[in-house]
Amino acid sequence: MKTAIGAKTMTMVQAITDALDTMLQEKEEVLLLGEDIGKNGGVFRATDGLQAKYGEGRVIDTPLSEAGFVGAGIGMAVNGFLPVIEIQFLGFIYPAYEQIMTHASRLRMRTMGHFTVPMVIRAPFGAGVRAPEIHCDSTEAIFTHMPGIKVVCPSSAYDAKGLLIAAIEDPDPVLFLEPMRCYRSAKEEVPEGKYSIEIGKGKKLMEGDDVTVITWGAMVPEVLAAAKQMTGKNIPCEVIDLRTLFPLDKDMIAESVQKTGRTVIVHEAHATGGVGNDVLAIINDTSFLYQKAPVERVTGFDAPVPYFGFEDHYLPTPARIQQAIEKVMKF
Amino acid sequence: MENHFPIRRMMDENGNIINSEYEEKINEKLVKEFYRHMIRTRTFDRKSISLQRQGRIGTYAPYEGQEASQVGTAAALGESDWMFPTYRDHGAAMTFGHSLRNILLFWNGRNEGCVPPEGKKIFPPGIPIATQIPHAAGAAFAERKKGTANAAIAYFGDGATSEGDFHEGLNFASVFKAPVVFFNQNNQYAISVPIEKQMKTKTIAQKALAYDIPGIRIDGNDVFIVYFETLKALERARKGEGPTLIEAVTWRYGAHTTADDPSKYRDQSESTNRRQEYDPILRLERWMKNTGVFDEKWVQAAEEEAAAEIDEAVAEMEAFPPADPAAIFDHVFAEPTWQIKQQKEEYLKLIGGGRK
Repeated sequence: MKTAIGAKTMTMVQAITDALDTMLQEKEEVLLLGEDIGKNGGVFRATDGLQAKYGEGRVIDTPLSEAGFVGAGIGMAVNGFLPVIEIQFLGFIYPAYEQIMTHASRLRMRTMGHFTVPMVIRAPFGAGVRAPEIHCDSTEAIFTHMPGIKVVCPSSAYDAKGLLIAAIEDPDPVLFLEPMRCYRSAKEEVPEGKYSIEIGKGKKLMEGDDVTVITWGAMVPEVLAAAKQMTGKNIPCEVIDLRTLFPLDKDMIAESVQKTGRTVIVHEAHATGGVGNDVLAIINDTSFLYQKAPVERVTGFDAPVPYFGFEDHYLPTPARIQQAIEKVMKF
Repeated sequence: MENHFPIRRMMDENGNIINSEYEEKINEKLVKEFYRHMIRTRTFDRKSISLQRQGRIGTYAPYEGQEASQVGTAAALGESDWMFPTYRDHGAAMTFGHSLRNILLFWNGRNEGCVPPEGKKIFPPGIPIATQIPHAAGAAFAERKKGTANAAIAYFGDGATSEGDFHEGLNFASVFKAPVVFFNQNNQYAISVPIEKQMKTKTIAQKALAYDIPGIRIDGNDVFIVYFETLKALERARKGEGPTLIEAVTWRYGAHTTADDPSKYRDQSESTNRRQEYDPILRLERWMKNTGVFDEKWVQAAEEEAAAEIDEAVAEMEAFPPADPAAIFDHVFAEPTWQIKQQKEEYLKLIGGGRK
């Protein structure tokens, strides 16, 4: 749905602020909760200026207590509000894991729809910004494994705004992952006012016939860089930004891999148990006979995300991605 | 610290009033309500254990001995207040108006049992320990933001106060002056671990000091003090003065659940002694006898009425349609995702359609 009129050039973090502003304006049930989100505007300034505009009653600095304010957010969501909670870094969400796993994601099921949790949890995530340890985790698969919560992960300003608005309007809990590396790395035109992007739909960023490269979050620019190189070498790549990690866009994946027959999946999270494996399962279920080569995965290693002195070695690079593309081509 | 938090009681074990603070508010109607509900909850509890023994419901968590705490608090709530019970608080839930059939369905493995009657804000029983405490703080905070005079009550046991969610919930409610009553039933055992191994503090009420909220310690087997102190805490909450922590000292006579044997970890003669001395129903009965309110015929009628109501609920539970496998898939999201649609379709096809 689009009621937007003009457009502004902005970064992804500005687009997130704009989405929050739009929804605070639109619905009085929308409340922001989190640490340092008031005067400080959040550690990444995603809520900059919003407390001054909407007051302390709607942009609420909480005690430093992830389980406490996620739990309280559940109580508020059940009682008529639409809380949008900021976790400072995904690596600090773990105290709230129990509240999300045992309550937010299953209250609808437990009560057969009598109590529901229309709540959004926003969390910056990922490595590559020289952040201290634990500030760089990408553990999205912990949450995609959890029934009853959607997991969204935009990589651009336009998508971030439209998907965040969709997440706030979603009747179920949504974990909204914000790749820190994409916060200010690029600018693009973002419509003013309200528009939303359907959760569960990927986006084709490049069209090509030889190899499908599927990715999300901060790996999108890395994949695009690699894909452009390969296209220059006469290997035209199709690049898909999944944008939603649960539910995955099965149709877009199937359509593309049936066309190319060759797939590389790229994510910065650890390989074992990663969302890439669910993409592989979709390829297996829908497109087995179309495959010309085994699917390659380029991922973070099965080691804890290292201190930033090592992170460039941990994160997939265009060189590693190109190597994988060459491998599926040569099979 | 125990001296700062003495156990407040209104009546002694012989049913004599020893604290006149709320005495003028006691009337025969109220007393009969308390008595009737305590009989009803106890009958339900015993019936449920017997149903479990016969394999007619699943594992069950009994509360016998804690009826005054559960009935006294539930009776103090207003119609529009919120209740956040644990798995041992269905005595409170049924007193507040939950459906007996649904409570039994819950214990028989059916999530239909978590649906409260229309208009009743009763949360499904908290299963992980203490996680309902932040929910109550949040729901209460929401009431405050809406500008209503509604409040919430969260139930939890002594072991729950060791969990982070207890502290995070109390802190949140204290910071935002959420209208919530944190009602602790200190039955002195968390499954097998006695309170002295659970905490170094001699009281639970003193934990309120850390959050600068009132903390009071009461006799959880004295329905009068439970009722009047809960009422007072609720009134305080409704006036915008924030949360209260109440520690009700009580005792469960039986097992943690039907899956354990308490004689393995404690001397059950303590339960026998407490039953004779401090039983919440006997104490109210003694008060009724002392004041001439006790009426054998009325009591008998109340017992028969409770038994009949519970038998009817059991019959309704047993006549309830069998589990519809479609329900596994239908309430995960408002709109099922493709995975859930596909899994439902394939499974229902495999078993030859939905519920027969």
